[in-house]
Amino acid sequence: MYDGGKIFVGLIVFAALFASPFYLNMGKVSAKPELKIDTPEIQKLEDKKCVEPKELMRAEHMQILNSWRDAVVRNGDRDQIIISGHKYEKSLQNGCMKCHSNKKDFCDKCHNYMAVKPYCWDCHIAPKEKKS
Amino acid sequence: MSMNRREFLKIAGISTIAGIGGTALAGGLRKGVIEAAQTAPNTDALTGKKWGIAIDMSKLKSEENIKRVTEACHRIHNVPDFSNTKDEVKWIWTETFEHSFPGQEHKFMAEDMKHKPFLLLCNHCDNPACVRVCPTKATFKRKDGIVMQDMHRCIGCRFCMAACPFGARSFNYKNPRLAKNLQEYMNPEFPTRTIGVVEKCTFCYERLAKGLKPACVEESNGALVFGDLEDPASEIRKILASKHTIRRKPELGTEPNIYYIIGGNDYAVVPEIK
Ligand code: SF4
Ligand code: SF4
Ligand code: SF4
Repeated sequence: MYDGGKIFVGLIVFAALFASPFYLNMGKVSAKPELKIDTPEIQKLEDKKCVEPKELMRAEHMQILNSWRDAVVRNGDRDQIIISGHKYEKSLQNGCMKCHSNKKDFCDKCHNYMAVKPYCWDCHIAPKEKKS
Repeated sequence: MSMNRREFLKIAGISTIAGIGGTALAGGLRKGVIEAAQTAPNTDALTGKKWGIAIDMSKLKSEENIKRVTEACHRIHNVPDFSNTKDEVKWIWTETFEHSFPGQEHKFMAEDMKHKPFLLLCNHCDNPACVRVCPTKATFKRKDGIVMQDMHRCIGCRFCMAACPFGARSFNYKNPRLAKNLQEYMNPEFPTRTIGVVEKCTFCYERLAKGLKPACVEESNGALVFGDLEDPASEIRKILASKHTIRRKPELGTEPNIYYIIGGNDYAVVPEIK
């Protein structure tokens, strides 16, 4: 075998580099983000319900927003969503954010934790941050 | 393992069916979940088959009248103002007669007409050149005639700008949020755009959905008449049937839906011979 030693050393270096994220972060637990859902707008609601159950919203809110976008922008379908008698627009800016008026403590906290950078906010305007 | 052609095709066929069926089933389930929320139909919307506007230039008397109209549009739609023509973004703007209706000017025409700033916006053409060239379908024609611009899909290729013969489209060379006017005021109910997309007048689709007429029409004090061109009983059809109107560059065949009322009334006055 030619250069067996070099290959062997190379393999060890590769394995070490490949596994580095795992052992560098070993033992370190980053705190789970605590999302705040106590905005003044939400507190005013008698029935504190989102358009879908919490678990589904957590996992699928991006798909929901996507389907709303298609409905509103592409199909001109602006049927409103009703929860306990309240009507909501199918809209990030004029729907979701009307209740979740705390983007920093709601959207951003989780997105930062997950290291995702959605570009919704390049165009959609976030509500002014208030003290909650 | 040896396999003859027939067996191979059978297995391939079955896995294809399973694949398609499986995704359809999963997709269907997921869709069901997402659309479980209770909805109410939006009954406020203005509905029509082909929206259009007739602009009576004689009713837009002063520069201020016109400015009020263009500013109303640009303000509610967060259109950036960089105060230079290179970066200019415009949804509704003005041009001289000669530039608005090239080929129709002549040297004896009324001075007033020659220098009047004509109000221009996207024509929401019947045969929109911009729609035909858009590779991503970011620009598309809605059922009510609106030529819609989906900013989520625009890749900024600018084919539509090259195709539109009316200069109705603008490219965002800069991040619009850096414009001074948008740092001072943004309509919180409407998005901005981002650097690298093309934008234009969307016929106030967001206002029509709420039962409101376009902002420019509302601000015009009756100079702009908005309505359904397919409805023979509409006000706009009555105007078109009774007054002389022209459209921009009709010879190109895009069939614009913005009409300009020319002559009649104020312009029909024969000037005194001195
Ligand atoms: S005026 Fe231009 S942008 Fe508007 S629909 Fe016609 S071709 Fe398209
Ligand atoms: S710039 Fe955007 S809207 Fe225009 S043709 Fe390209 S993708 Fe379509
Ligand atoms: S119809 Fe609406 S978007 Fe188009 S120019 Fe008028 S105000 Fe602006």
